[in-house]
Amino acid sequence: MKKNSNIKNILIQNNTYIIFLGLFIICSIVSSSFLSVMNIRNIALQQAAPICVVLGMLFVILTGGIDLSVGSLMALGSAVTSYLIVNKNMHFVLAMLISLVIGLLAGTFTGILVAYANFQGFVASLAMMTIARGFALVVTNGSPIRMEKDTLGTLVEKSYGYPILIITLIIIIALIFVQKYTAYGRIVIALGSNITAVELAGIRVRKYLVSVYTISGVLATLGGIFVAARSYTGSGVIGEGQELDAIASCVIGGASLAGGKGEVFKAVIGALVLALIGNIMNLMAVPAYPQDIIKGCIIIVAVLLQIATDGAGKKS
Amino acid sequence: MQETKYRLEMRNITKHFGGVKALTDVSLRVEPNEIHALIGENGAGKSTLMKILSGAYKKDSGEILLEGNPVNITNPKEAKELGIAIIYQEFMLAPDLTVAENIYIDQLAAGKATINWKELRSKAKEQLAKLGFDDISPTEKVGNLSVAYQQVVEICKNLTRNAKVLVLDEPTAVLTFSEIQKLFEIVRKLKSEGVSIIYISHRLEELFELSDHITVLKDGGYVDTVETASIDKNKLVTMMVGREMSQMFPERHAEIGEEILRVENLNAGKMVKNVSFSLKAGEVLGFSGLVGAGRTETMRALFGADPKESGKVIYFGKEVDFKSPLEAIKNGFGMLPENRKEQGLLLAQSIRMNSTLTILNNKIAHAGVINHKHEKEYVKELLASISTKYGNTEDNADSLSGGNQQKVALAKWIAADCKCIVFDEPTRGVDVGAKVEIYNIMNELAAKGVGVIMISSEMTEIIGMCDRAIVMRQGEITGEFTNEDINENTMIKAAMGV
Repeated sequence: MKKNSNIKNILIQNNTYIIFLGLFIICSIVSSSFLSVMNIRNIALQQAAPICVVLGMLFVILTGGIDLSVGSLMALGSAVTSYLIVNKNMHFVLAMLISLVIGLLAGTFTGILVAYANFQGFVASLAMMTIARGFALVVTNGSPIRMEKDTLGTLVEKSYGYPILIITLIIIIALIFVQKYTAYGRIVIALGSNITAVELAGIRVRKYLVSVYTISGVLATLGGIFVAARSYTGSGVIGEGQELDAIASCVIGGASLAGGKGEVFKAVIGALVLALIGNIMNLMAVPAYPQDIIKGCIIIVAVLLQIATDGAGKKS
Repeated sequence: MQETKYRLEMRNITKHFGGVKALTDVSLRVEPNEIHALIGENGAGKSTLMKILSGAYKKDSGEILLEGNPVNITNPKEAKELGIAIIYQEFMLAPDLTVAENIYIDQLAAGKATINWKELRSKAKEQLAKLGFDDISPTEKVGNLSVAYQQVVEICKNLTRNAKVLVLDEPTAVLTFSEIQKLFEIVRKLKSEGVSIIYISHRLEELFELSDHITVLKDGGYVDTVETASIDKNKLVTMMVGREMSQMFPERHAEIGEEILRVENLNAGKMVKNVSFSLKAGEVLGFSGLVGAGRTETMRALFGADPKESGKVIYFGKEVDFKSPLEAIKNGFGMLPENRKEQGLLLAQSIRMNSTLTILNNKIAHAGVINHKHEKEYVKELLASISTKYGNTEDNADSLSGGNQQKVALAKWIAADCKCIVFDEPTRGVDVGAKVEIYNIMNELAAKGVGVIMISSEMTEIIGMCDRAIVMRQGEITGEFTNEDINENTMIKAAMGV
């Protein structure tokens, strides 16, 4: 009997992977084109941006905060990069770097509001969400900016080994390392558990609080640049609702919005679960609106499983 | 119906959790008009027994009789209807509702469309007056009341349900001296009105002052029920732990060395006024006084957790001004905060993570990268050195008993190699066995030449442990006593300002 409950615990604790595997298998069965190289590659290229955004969000969520500005920062990244390339004739790498610095500053500003001015993360990032969206629309003047394929498009070139995939992979691996093996990763989780105890243990909690919003800002901007690269277009309207998808991905990946709980790799899988749901339904030609219904239901299931996980953990 | 002199009888209660026996054949007999103390170390089974009584847990076997009639309590609502009320350490009050609304919350939730607010308020006022608290306004928000008054409201709420058996679980843990006296008055009054009271407390003095009988539990088993008048503290402690009271405060073999800390005219906020004192290496210095006397505030200011206004701090011969806990810790000044759950521990994180929080950037990590294997071994050694009992370093801190949680909270200060540690109420909510172990840890630290400051509201602890004791009152130092002068009489006088 004990063995049975062990297996059950393992299943419950790895529910993110199981949901992912299940969906993967269903996809393979439902559509013969799912397992094609082209489809998988498309999913990967498509998901590079959301994954970056999710990872930034995860670090904020780990501290018990939330960052609603990521969607708007994607738009800002997309808009500024394309504007600099097209209107200022800038090299795309330099344009990217400038955008990333802007994302960094925006995230840091949100973080400072949270850590030093005692704003709630929700409110501070809500303000930043509006500001960044406004800037993105100002920069693009409300209409898309088309770029030549050989500029930012280089990031999605097969001949260069799909740079956005490589960058995303490096980010994932780096963040897994940071979370598991560094004092920084440890402190981020600790902040979400009990910020007072961490402060009294001699850790400058504010500095760390700011830093997670900084990371989120940079990664969200990078996600926006990826979207622009894939479509050869800069736009001030992309990323709407992306913050909610990012939060959902973290939750499906087992993160707790109360902070202190969540893993980088699982959050990535969480993002892929959402992606698969979209993909499977596209392959089955389900219209867009019902997709949202199913997406919502999956979130509920994921959270129910999470609650079951907590229960199982307590009993053992 | 059989004749009985007992209001409540719990007979041979047994309860398992999975494979673990929490209670074996435990019995409890409470007469009407009595205050019955229930004691035992943490983990002895007091809470489990009370949770069975309240219907929160289901017993495996045994029976419960009320006024001689067997009753079957399967959920908290049934217990309530039978007149059994339990007041836990954490009150079940809604802070944003008024006193009257809280007292009659049952009626608010009864589903009636309208409520006669005027009547509700006057009834609440009457209830409060019965307990002698007509100064509590029924229209005040509960969140604005002091902890002691909140407790009064909680008691009132339970009495309106015609409680015949009232269980008080550690009711004085959060109260000040004068508030405790008020509570005792209420409890005695209720007793005289025929309510049976089951009183759970770690503070032996209280039990002797209040109770008629004492039932002792140990390791989930029943030890004995005795008349309070027939026993003394020593015997009682022996019953609880199988150990003599004189062994409670272990002997210290520490040599008192040079002065390591001198504080001159420290001011910080309203609670710290012109505080001056000094501490020597190897010394255990007690800080006594009532709750809210400014002891914690003084130490927090020294530790850099709160800002200082003026004053001089000389630490190892140098003038220092720690602006943050980080600065204090870098200089080997540590502080174990008073509330381990809120300030000391990451409850939902591993024991390992909790133990190394202060040394993340030195002992266990190089250039910010943690060596997990090294860390695990370090933690095992560290916890063994302070005899912490735990299953696995990866278990969450909240899986431990109070005493072991406290040791884990303490571990990070030992890890940080502090030369001066402030222990703020180190034994609060900790059972007798773990208390002795914490005293041992303090003694060992002192023997190594660490300067130890202990803030404690328990006089016996200060008397038993300290080389020197300082008493504070309303932010000022009102007395300093050494060795044989440290006694309850002198300290209470200093603490109360008489």
